[in-house]
Amino acid sequence: MLDIVFSVIARDLKLAMRRQADIVSALFFFVIVVSLFPLGIGPEVDLLRQLAPGVLWVAALLATMLSLPRLFADDHRDGTLEQLALSPHPLGLVVTGKVIAHWLVSGLPLALIAPVLGIQFDLAGDALLVLTGAILLGTPALSGIGAIGAALTLGLRGGGVLLSLLVLPLYIPVLIFGAGAVDATVSGLGGEGHLSLLAAMTIAAIGFAPWASAAALKIALE
Amino acid sequence: MNDRFNLYRFASPATFYPLAGKMIPWFVAAGILFGLAGLYVGMLVAPTDFQQGEGYRIIFIHVPTSWMSMFIYLVMAFWAAIGLAFNTRLSGMMAQALAPTGALMAFLSLWTGALWGKPMWGTWWVWDARLTSELILLFLYIGYMALVAAIDDARRADKAGGILLLVGVVNIPIIYFSVKWWNTLHQGSSVNLTKSAMAEVMLWGMLLMALAFWMYSIAVALARVRTILLERERHTEWVRKELAGGEQ
Repeated sequence: MLDIVFSVIARDLKLAMRRQADIVSALFFFVIVVSLFPLGIGPEVDLLRQLAPGVLWVAALLATMLSLPRLFADDHRDGTLEQLALSPHPLGLVVTGKVIAHWLVSGLPLALIAPVLGIQFDLAGDALLVLTGAILLGTPALSGIGAIGAALTLGLRGGGVLLSLLVLPLYIPVLIFGAGAVDATVSGLGGEGHLSLLAAMTIAAIGFAPWASAAALKIALE
Repeated sequence: MNDRFNLYRFASPATFYPLAGKMIPWFVAAGILFGLAGLYVGMLVAPTDFQQGEGYRIIFIHVPTSWMSMFIYLVMAFWAAIGLAFNTRLSGMMAQALAPTGALMAFLSLWTGALWGKPMWGTWWVWDARLTSELILLFLYIGYMALVAAIDDARRADKAGGILLLVGVVNIPIIYFSVKWWNTLHQGSSVNLTKSAMAEVMLWGMLLMALAFWMYSIAVALARVRTILLERERHTEWVRKELAGGEQ
């Protein structure tokens, strides 16, 4: 049963590798948005250190959003999606594979580059570690919830803006606990509780969101 | 009329349309009655608050609109679930008809809250857990309406909106508790509304106003669903008859 998940992941990764510019541009979007904040706010280190978790997380949400419309759109355009829906495998598992592949090319790079940006905001070592961990744990939930939005807005005009309207309110818990983990570490409270909740949200999102997206995809393909 | 009374009959647009038309005046009348009674109790009978003076009376609008904004979302999610499970046409229309009223209630709740907050707390807005989650609820309403408006095919709009509503209703508790926790971590709650000592008259005023808003919401939603029905079913025989009958 898991074969279908792995083969979808392998396929989507191969497709993504053929178009690396997409991955790199989403990543640089993240870097640029984060770099804009010190320019807008000013270079005071204390202030920046305080803002860092929130800024990095908001930028991570936006960068994830940026790559969401393409999650199903390309497959929808060339008919692959219909073939996948017609296949004997449950569509939910196919979507699970696509969500994981999406995270590997969008969430994982963010987590890898976040510590470097954190240093620019003068975060200390343990805060950087928690920041990376939080982004690693939280971004799969973003991909999962985002998949629902991407499926609902598939093929609609103004899909990108609409997608952000639908998905951003649902991202709020991840934002709160993601940024909260780093805040708690900085203030000495320890971010384990936040990280556990992030992990719980990710597990719930990866478990349930693909099925909601599959239902939405079936409606879009009718 | 010799067949047994069957509630499911009204799931059909052609039978629901006249029923809704007959129900609207009753709900309007009930809304006006409850509203007048609520305003009378709230503005004239209820005593002046010893701390907040007369300004507290905005509670008679503020609390009922907040209740309705949350309740309407639940009702919409209920219709969405029915629509997705039984593939009924009317359910999606009901959800769509309720959405603007729900958004209006959420907006009014925030607006009256701001008007109330300025004299009482000295600020229009605080990032309190309740205010923030009410704001997010307004975002959810707007997202739903934007999605439904963007889909041309009515059936697809119903179903896609239904999925969004169900996802939203699952998320609302998560959002509420995360916002609550976020708030307690960041700052001590600057808002302290102890309702323990609320006079019974005030409670009655609030309940009457809540009923008035409830009746209003039903009446408006029914009126709206009637227009949606006419628009969607404009190619059918009964709508043609209905419209021809209306012109005579």
